[in-house]
Amino acid sequence: MYSRYARRYARLVTMPTNAPSPTAERVGGTPTHALQDVTASDSTLRRFLHGLPGVDAVGLEARAASLGTRSIKTTAKAYAIDLAISMVDLTTLEGADTPGKVRALGAKAVHPDPTDRTTPATAAVCVYPDMVATAKAAVAGSSVKVASVATAFPAGRAPIAVKLADVREAIDAGADEIDMVIDRGAFLAGHYAKVYEEIVAVKETCGTSARLKVIFETGELSTYDNIRRASWLGMLAGADFIKTSTGKVAVNATPANTLLMLEAVRDFRAQTGVQVGVKPAGGIRTTKDAVKFLVLVNETVGEDWLDNHWFRFGASSLLNDLLMQRQKLATGRYSGPDYVTVD
Amino acid sequence: MSEKTEKTEPRLSVFKTYKLYVGGKFPRSESGRVYEVTTKTSAAGAAGKGNWLANAPLSSRKDARDAVVAARKAFGGWSGATAYNRGQILYRVAEMLEGRKAQFVHEVADAEGLSKSKAAVQVDAAIDRWVWYAGWTDKIAQVVGGGNPVAGPYFNLSSPEPTGVVTVLAPQESSFLGLVSVIAPVIATGNTAVVVASEKSPLPALSLGEVLATSDLPGGVVNILSGRTAEIATPLAAHQDVNAIDLAGADDVLAKELEIAAADNLKRVLRPQPVDNWSETPGIDRMTAFLETKTVWHPTGSLGASGSSY
Amino acid sequence: MAFEYAPAPESRAIVNIAPLYGLFIDGEFVESSGGDLNKTVSPSTEEVLAEYTQANAEDVDRAVKAARKAFEKWSALPGAERAKYLFRIARIIQERSRELAVLETLDNGKPIRETRDADLPLVAAHFFYYAGWADKLDHAGFGTNPRPLGVAGQVIPWNFPLLMLAWKIAPALATGNTVVLKPAETTPLSALFFADICRQAGLPKGVVNIVTGDGRTGAALVAHPDVNKVAFTGSTAVGKEIARTVAGSRKKLTLELGGKGANIVFDDAPIDQAVEGIVSGIFFNQGQVCCAGSRLLVQESIQEELLESLKRRLSTLRLGDPLDKNTDIGAINSAEQLARITALTAQGEAEGAERWSPACELPSSGYWFAPTLFTNVTQAHTIARDEIFGPVLSVLTFRTPDEAVAKANNSQYGLSAGIWTEKGSRILAVANKLRAGVIWSNTFNKFDPTSPFGGYKESGFGREGGRHGLEAYLDV
Repeated sequence: MYSRYARRYARLVTMPTNAPSPTAERVGGTPTHALQDVTASDSTLRRFLHGLPGVDAVGLEARAASLGTRSIKTTAKAYAIDLAISMVDLTTLEGADTPGKVRALGAKAVHPDPTDRTTPATAAVCVYPDMVATAKAAVAGSSVKVASVATAFPAGRAPIAVKLADVREAIDAGADEIDMVIDRGAFLAGHYAKVYEEIVAVKETCGTSARLKVIFETGELSTYDNIRRASWLGMLAGADFIKTSTGKVAVNATPANTLLMLEAVRDFRAQTGVQVGVKPAGGIRTTKDAVKFLVLVNETVGEDWLDNHWFRFGASSLLNDLLMQRQKLATGRYSGPDYVTVD
Repeated sequence: MSEKTEKTEPRLSVFKTYKLYVGGKFPRSESGRVYEVTTKTSAAGAAGKGNWLANAPLSSRKDARDAVVAARKAFGGWSGATAYNRGQILYRVAEMLEGRKAQFVHEVADAEGLSKSKAAVQVDAAIDRWVWYAGWTDKIAQVVGGGNPVAGPYFNLSSPEPTGVVTVLAPQESSFLGLVSVIAPVIATGNTAVVVASEKSPLPALSLGEVLATSDLPGGVVNILSGRTAEIATPLAAHQDVNAIDLAGADDVLAKELEIAAADNLKRVLRPQPVDNWSETPGIDRMTAFLETKTVWHPTGSLGASGSSY
Repeated sequence: MAFEYAPAPESRAIVNIAPLYGLFIDGEFVESSGGDLNKTVSPSTEEVLAEYTQANAEDVDRAVKAARKAFEKWSALPGAERAKYLFRIARIIQERSRELAVLETLDNGKPIRETRDADLPLVAAHFFYYAGWADKLDHAGFGTNPRPLGVAGQVIPWNFPLLMLAWKIAPALATGNTVVLKPAETTPLSALFFADICRQAGLPKGVVNIVTGDGRTGAALVAHPDVNKVAFTGSTAVGKEIARTVAGSRKKLTLELGGKGANIVFDDAPIDQAVEGIVSGIFFNQGQVCCAGSRLLVQESIQEELLESLKRRLSTLRLGDPLDKNTDIGAINSAEQLARITALTAQGEAEGAERWSPACELPSSGYWFAPTLFTNVTQAHTIARDEIFGPVLSVLTFRTPDEAVAKANNSQYGLSAGIWTEKGSRILAVANKLRAGVIWSNTFNKFDPTSPFGGYKESGFGREGGRHGLEAYLDV
């Protein structure tokens, strides 16, 4: 058992940001899959999405909480911390973002812990479209991707032309990944086809240049049934990743909504053969929380998703806590905020 | 004008053939046997034999078996009826009895060796007892059931449900008030009953069957057997499709034997309790003795996925 | 899985087990007049944990006499005072809950995750709940000033040793009875530790007496002429024997016996939660639960999909060291129980059911049984009718709600059932038709001290928990 662990650990410290995907990935354009018929109209989408099995809220939350009681210690914890660091989309999405701030973020993403060069790089930095070029320069030559929120983030209340222009700007500036928001208003009004078509259009714009993360803003969709439906809608439309939240509303990623989305990607792959990534974002601040999410991944979808090609954390302050815990494991003593870099 | 009769011979009365009441019908015992039922002799006349009243059916174990089949068949419908409906029917029994009071006063007086006035008191109390239980049908669930405040996101409700088919050994002495006092609580809550009437005084019980049959009570809800209590009760106590037994009419020796037999399928057993006066307010114990408690848990869920569970 | 969890064992240093235990009678540990001793072993390792005393009829008599003597004062105490003793006990259990959880896991073999998160919190909650009743009995619906029965003889099983003790002792003491309790032969330790809790709480001597031993001790207790109340949780066969023993006496009897719970999954069920419910229904405590959902009734139209999900889920169950905080499936309680499970599953195969278990390495010592699924099971199979009391699920199918209800009710038992559907009216309709004492809709194996628990038919009679649980210990 130990050797098995050591082998995987060894693979991990090299931290490839792009794992070989176990299934064929899609590139741009209207997706082709077994479920294409259901996307023909609002009503076919409704029939399909409302035909998905319901979600019992109490049972879902209980399962998530129960997985949260797993005790991850010693070597498992070391593995989990490095894995979590490698999965962070280090994020700054403020009105006050400046080139200086973004450059600092980029540097930190590449070398999260300046005192320990064995620390893996994060998966990506995540910025607004106008900061993509700066970010790209800051991480140049590293494995770190540049992700950009787009489509009138965070509200998504803009004409489709504006949203697509937003996406094009980000891609032209070098973004590797686009984090779009869905039109929650359209979703809640039952205009599933509109939501679907917007995602398809953005995916087309991304083409082969960028992977597409689709943000549902689960806190606004409110019910678990809606989150499951949105997950399938996003995947049907060609999302490479489904993502919980913008981080800009009261309720962001929770173990329960992330568990639900993991079940969705698991079932989607079983049905279509297409693997989709998951990104909980917002509200994950501590190592303890991050490890709980990794346990969810491990016991719901397993090894195939335990890689930053398929699972990400959208977070900012999480990284420092991971680094302090990492230092504690290495040295045996507790670290403090003065021993990690401020963002 | 009118012709005046000097003297009339007393009219020769028409005897009633007393029959069992099983599955809503009035069969004779399948055994073809009867036994002689007589008036109760007073202590003073203990040496003498009572007057012949009727030949009552002497039920066999097969009659008991048929009664269980009828009671089981009736259980689904009766337990599934609304409590309001059961209350209406029990009240209807009281109405029917009121109209046939004279008959029952007569039978009870003969059966128990009472004066007409004392027998009337018994019959009145028995009628009132039906009214008491008629009112209970749609209240007992509120008294013995209810919500349980569990420490979690669940709505949790306990409700009483009838046990099933109940064998009732009617009291030996109180042939009518005692009888009604043990039948009514059993069926008020939705059980069905196989009743073994008082061995020596079965006639009021057999007549009650006729009243029940005309009170909208579905056939099989109450089945009434007459005969030797021990002979009928023994197979009923061991019967695997009987869920409970009220031993009111068993003596201590028989009660113990029957309780042992009842353990074979874990029947609910109501042991015989000394009752001096059946006219006292009965309380709810005879109902709760044949009620199960069903507790159902439902997740309450949340209005939305707004809470974080970590 | 790539993400291997390192061992995370709970420390057993927190528990100090004595090499030998006497009987707890009249407030102190005493030797048996017979001097016979038994051993209790840890089912996960077969290590001998301690020796304990086999109580004979004479010892039982001594315990009943002590309880009788204590009854007069205890029943005369103001309810508020009895309440405070029970509150003390509840608090001490909370304080010592980690110690007791580890002890229970050692003696029983169940995972620490369960003793820590289920057994112990429920034990404390049960004492808290009934503590509050002690001075409110006038308002419980049993008339004013309801009287206790006297001495309660209580015999409990090995599957939830301390929780079953709580279910028995808390209502008995709250209502003013005194107690002689016999824990199960294979799991005596937590009851003996409870004796120490009684000492710490200052409980008057003789109010709680613990006599250990095998079935002979239990039989002596049940048959003792000066016992007024018999409460038993265990097998249906023994329950019937007890019912015969007390026949013709004035002893009040409550029995909580076996079950063969049907867990009914309709085609519109919340599938992922249903899978969790099926798993907790039959693999909680290795399936050694009287109310286990041991029969899965799945609507034929979703059978394949559900079984696929279920098998995938079973493959993630972690079987092993019960003290490891990440263990889901612990050891079977005894060699005897393991033999019974093994025999019944062999019979299942012999009768043509299809057997499946996830890849699962069993430890080399101790009593272990892999989670097992049987498909192609019909009502005629032994494994669909007999209680296995192990981690074995029999899968049957149905076509319509009526058929589901008919199959669920087609059992000598009637303890528990589960219903999985998103249609509220169907839940209510099906729950209404099921002949079982506890029904979980869209959940399973949930317990609470306020919630009455007990069976229909051969699953026993009487209720434990809630207001209903008082009746068993009152002269009403």
